[in-house]
Amino acid sequence: MVGDTVLAMHMSDGLVNGPTAGAFGLIAVLGLVLAGVRARSDLDDRTAPMAGLVTAFVFAVQMINFPILPGASGHLLGGALVAILVGPWVGSLCIAIVLCVQALLFADGGLTALGTNIVNMALVGVFVGYAVAVALRPLARRSRAGLVATAFVAAFVNTVVASLAFVLEYAIGGAGGASLGTVFTLMIGLHVLIGIGEGVITAATVGAVASVRPDLVHLLRGTAPPLQLRRAGDTGVTESRATEGNPS
Amino acid sequence: MAGAGHGHPLHLAGTSPVHRLPAEVKIVAAFLGVVCVVLTPREAFPVFGGYLVLLAAIWVVAGIPPGWMVRRSVIEAPFVVLAVLLPLTGGGPHVEWLGLQLSEPGLLGAWNIIVKGTLGVLTSLTLAATTSLRDLLLGLQRLHAPALVVTIVTLMLRYVDVIAAEGRRMRLARISRGHDPRFLWQAGATARGVGSLFVRSYERGERVHLAMLSRGWTGAMPRLSETPTTRRDWVAGLAPVAVALGLAVTGWVTA
Repeated sequence: MVGDTVLAMHMSDGLVNGPTAGAFGLIAVLGLVLAGVRARSDLDDRTAPMAGLVTAFVFAVQMINFPILPGASGHLLGGALVAILVGPWVGSLCIAIVLCVQALLFADGGLTALGTNIVNMALVGVFVGYAVAVALRPLARRSRAGLVATAFVAAFVNTVVASLAFVLEYAIGGAGGASLGTVFTLMIGLHVLIGIGEGVITAATVGAVASVRPDLVHLLRGTAPPLQLRRAGDTGVTESRATEGNPS
Repeated sequence: MAGAGHGHPLHLAGTSPVHRLPAEVKIVAAFLGVVCVVLTPREAFPVFGGYLVLLAAIWVVAGIPPGWMVRRSVIEAPFVVLAVLLPLTGGGPHVEWLGLQLSEPGLLGAWNIIVKGTLGVLTSLTLAATTSLRDLLLGLQRLHAPALVVTIVTLMLRYVDVIAAEGRRMRLARISRGHDPRFLWQAGATARGVGSLFVRSYERGERVHLAMLSRGWTGAMPRLSETPTTRRDWVAGLAPVAVALGLAVTGWVTA
């Protein structure tokens, strides 16, 4: 049994030893530099507010802790949500920013644990969520229900794999004093439950965005039917209406 | 930030020397200070007391009442509450205390998490209490954070207000249509409305973004004063870090 640091996903200072924190800090910096370079081409006038909003949104939903067992609670990670809405490169930057602001301003999660937290949630979480979403893309493009199902599965897998990354870090340099087996069982058990909650919220959000502004969903890029020029007297009102929601 | 007020809930406005120190100095100092705390061996008990005295000295200079600080540090509670269980479940040699069998490695582990977590939280709170959001962004910019990151952070902080306001509007709309929210039952309605909250916030946020652009925002925070950060600022800001480093070294030598 270890501190709620584990259960709430966020790690605080002193949970893993110095060298481990340093090594993962380095991995986090390298990953974010790469993400920053790749994200530049992804960010334009329309996606910049989206990135800001999705970051603020993840910030807000991470404040919601849902109790799972007596004394234990977990929160949403938002990795799959940002990966589906703004893509993995901008997405991992968004999550990393949330973690930094929380650590600097709201003292949520330790400053020296930032590296491990970023690797878990911003790199592992986002990219695993994105990989699942891309694997299921044919399903997501077929129908709204398919997209919602994709979002659910991606969010679920993202949560569980991010918790596995934590177990790995704890195995390398844990300083808490609990046995690895206990940590593993607790993390997986709890994050299966958190993953379901995460999946429901991700699915609801992605579903709502896709039904109103499908052009904003990164995963669906390139699926909008091309605009057609129509002249007066042409029939086919229904077809032109189908393209209305897709100005891209 | 613009919109709802200029401060954040953890900010304590003031004009003390700590408040006036450039934000980038404070960010670097806070980070290095916490690094020292984490690298201190957990058996060096008096050293942690030294860190607390150091922080208290900074609070005196900054004019932050300790009670104000303590009340806000409960933010840490969910992180450490289960550390209490460590001494009961850990293995190894046991010590008896008030009739309880407590595990020694468990006790040390719990102490480690609680003391380092608390000192970390208090350091971040000190930074937050003495630095406004605007200054924090400027500090990041002067530390050469990538422009892209500064843009996203600025928009994010701006949109937190947008989301909160939109959420309030939706709640008002629900109440005026006969919804009777009680303590926890609001959560269900809020969760079901989370998708539409997002879409509504986006559409408002899009207009906010256009308004910012039309007022000349380029993605960077404008500098209102051109006072450069002097070497004296850095020396003043890093002096507590030097003390912390001294404490950490004492910890390594004695433990």
